[in-house]
Amino acid sequence: MIYQDSKTLLAVRDLHATVNGIEILKGMDLTVKSGEVHAIMGPNGSGKSTFAKVLAGHPAYEVSGGEVRFEGNNLLELKPEARARAGVFLGFQYPIEIPGVANSQFLRLAYNTVQAGRGKDELDPLEFDDFVREKMKLLEMNPDFLDRSVNEGFSGGEKKRNEILQMALLEPKLAILDETDSGLDIDALRIVAGGVNQLANKDNAIVLVTHYQRLLNYIVPDYVHVMESGRIVKTGGKELALELEARGYDWVGAEAKANARVST
Amino acid sequence: MNTAATTSYLDSLLQGQPPASPLSWLNQLRANAVDRVGALTVPTTRDEDWRFTDISPLTKLSFQPAQGAAQLAAAQFEQWSIAEAAARLVFVDGIYAPQHSFNHAGFTVENLATGVAPHDTAVQAHLGRHAAFERNAFAALNTAFLHDGALIVVPRDMALAAPVHLLFIATRKHAASYPRCLVIAESGSAVTVVEDFVSLQNEAYFTNAVTEMALAGNAEVHHVRVQRDGAEAFHFANCAVSLAQASRYHSVSVALGARISRHNLNVLLAAEGAECSIDGLALIDGAQLADTHTLIDHALPQGVSRQLHKCIVDGAARAVFNGNIMVRAGAQRTDSSQSSRNLLLSGKARVDTKPQLEIFADDVKCAHGATVGQLDVDEVFYLKSRGLSDTAARNLLTYAFGAEVIERIPVASLRKRLEQAVMAQTQSAAPSAAGQT
Repeated sequence: MIYQDSKTLLAVRDLHATVNGIEILKGMDLTVKSGEVHAIMGPNGSGKSTFAKVLAGHPAYEVSGGEVRFEGNNLLELKPEARARAGVFLGFQYPIEIPGVANSQFLRLAYNTVQAGRGKDELDPLEFDDFVREKMKLLEMNPDFLDRSVNEGFSGGEKKRNEILQMALLEPKLAILDETDSGLDIDALRIVAGGVNQLANKDNAIVLVTHYQRLLNYIVPDYVHVMESGRIVKTGGKELALELEARGYDWVGAEAKANARVST
Repeated sequence: MNTAATTSYLDSLLQGQPPASPLSWLNQLRANAVDRVGALTVPTTRDEDWRFTDISPLTKLSFQPAQGAAQLAAAQFEQWSIAEAAARLVFVDGIYAPQHSFNHAGFTVENLATGVAPHDTAVQAHLGRHAAFERNAFAALNTAFLHDGALIVVPRDMALAAPVHLLFIATRKHAASYPRCLVIAESGSAVTVVEDFVSLQNEAYFTNAVTEMALAGNAEVHHVRVQRDGAEAFHFANCAVSLAQASRYHSVSVALGARISRHNLNVLLAAEGAECSIDGLALIDGAQLADTHTLIDHALPQGVSRQLHKCIVDGAARAVFNGNIMVRAGAQRTDSSQSSRNLLLSGKARVDTKPQLEIFADDVKCAHGATVGQLDVDEVFYLKSRGLSDTAARNLLTYAFGAEVIERIPVASLRKRLEQAVMAQTQSAAPSAAGQT
C-alpha cells in the first residue's frame, strides 16, 4: 500500500551487472518505499532474477556500474549475510536442498544469527519450537516439516512455503520474492500469497519478481514494472499486469523503442 | 637401503610380549606371527599398498606395551558410554579392565584371553584364519601379541538389537596396544558391535588392532567402528569379515582422530546370496592422514555389496581411499555399487581416491564413481542470504556432508553424539554462528 510520507527503503540507480563477463543489467532504476508492493515482470532473460540475486549479493554477479542504497546506506558494499541482517530477504526461485540438516536446526540458526546481528534476543530450542510452530500456522504447514532435512524431498509448493516461513521468521524490511509462484498449484498459491499478505505492513516492502500475472490476483501490487534487456522499460499500476496478461510483452518493448527514438 | 633399520624397528616392537597360553595351538599361532614379523619390514611408500601413506613418523618413536592396567575412575570415560549397550568390554591401553565391563547380552561377550579355552574349537576355527598376516606386518604384530581382546559368540538364531560396546581407551604416552576382536555369529543370529577407540591424552601412542568376524548362514552383523584417537596417535587396523550364505554385514566406520591412521577392511562374500554395506567417513584436519583400504571380494553368485565412503579434508590433511571390488569368475549376478565422495576444504588438503573394479564374471551389475570437490557456491549463498556468516554456512554444509554417513549408525545415542562431535569439529573455526560479518 502506498503511504504518504513513507521513507525510501531501496533506491537503485543506473545499476549494471555482469555474469561471466556478459552484461545482464543495463541501467536498472527502481525506488521502493516502505509499505509498498512492487511487481517486476518481463519475459524470460530480461534480467528479473539477476536483479533479485544482485540485491541479495550472489557472488556470481559482478556489479559493473550504478548504485544501490538501502535505507540510505550503500547496499553493494555489504556481504550477503550482512544484507540479510540489515533486513533484505530473497525468496529463492529454486530453494537449495540440504540433506543432513534438520529444517528446525537451520531455521533456528538463521533466526538466531539474524536476531544477534540486530542486537535482539536469541531463542533456545524449546522457545524457538513454540515460536516457529505459530508462524507455520500462517502457511498451513505440517509440523513434520521441522524434522525433515532442509527442503529435501519437498514438493515445489512445500519449498516455497518454507521460503515464506523464513521470511516470517526473519522479518525483513525488504522481501524480494523471486518467482515465488512458479510451480505452485492454486491451493498452494493461495496459501503462499495469504502468508505474504499477512506479513506485509507499513514498515516493510515487497518486490515480487514474476513472469505471470496470476500471483498478482492474490498479492495486489502498488506498482508494476516491466523489464526488458536489463532495465525497466515501463511502470504502471496493478492494471498494467492485466494488460500484459492480455497482450503479452512485445508491445511494451516496441513502445519503449519508439519512445527512445523520439527522445534522441 | 634401510631394510635392516626398519626390520629392527619391528623387532623392537616385539618386546614385552604377553605370557604363553596353556593352549598349544594358540602359542603356535603367535610363534608363526613372530616369525613373520621377523621376516617382514615396515611398509614404505615404495609399496603399492602404501603409496600415499608415509608412516615413517611412526618409526622415529619407540612404543612398548603397557604393563598392568591403569586405574580409571568411571567418570573418566562416562562421556563415551553407550546407554543402549547390552554389554561392554573396556580395554585400557590394550589391557582388559573387568571392573568397567559388563555383560547382559545373554551370550558370550568376554575377554579373549580367558574366553578361548571354553570356546576352543570355535575360536581355533576362526582366530587368525580370516585376517591373514603372512604379508601384513601389522596383522602379524597384533597376532604375535594375541592375548587380551574381545570374544563375541552369538548362538544360533539369537538376535540382539542392543549393541555390544567395545571401548578401547588410551591413557599412556608411547604405549603400544594390540586390540583383538573375534566375532562369531552363528547361523540365523543378529548382533550389533561397536568398536570405539578413544583417548584420555594427546601424546603419541600406537594402536594396532585386528578384528575378525565370521558370519554363518543367514546371520546379520552391524559393525560400527569409531576411531577418535588422540591427535598424535598412530592407529593401524585390519578387519577381515567372512560371509556365509545369505548372511548380511553392515559396517559404518568413522575416522576422526589420530595423526596417522590406516584401516584395512576386507569382506569376503564366501557363499551365495551374501550381502554387505560398508560405509565410511574420514573427517580430518591439520597434518592428519587417514587411509582406508577396502576389499569387497565377491567369490560366489548373487552377492550384493554397497559402499559409500566420504572424506572431509581440511588444513594440510590428507585422506586416502582405495576401494577394491573383486568379482571372481563364477560370482554371477553380483550386484555391487561403490561411491567415493570427497570434500576438500582448503588449498592444501589432499585426497587420493582409487576405486577399483576387477570383474571376472560376465553377468554382473557393478557401478562405481568418485567425486572430489569443494562446497557448492549456490548452497553457501543460500545460507548466507539467511544471515549465516561465510564460515557458519560452510561449516553447516560440511557437517551435512558428513552426516549422511553418521546417519547410518544404528545406535541412536552414539549417532547423536557423533553428530555433535562432527558439528563441533566442523565449527571449530567459528565459535559462534553469528560471528563476524
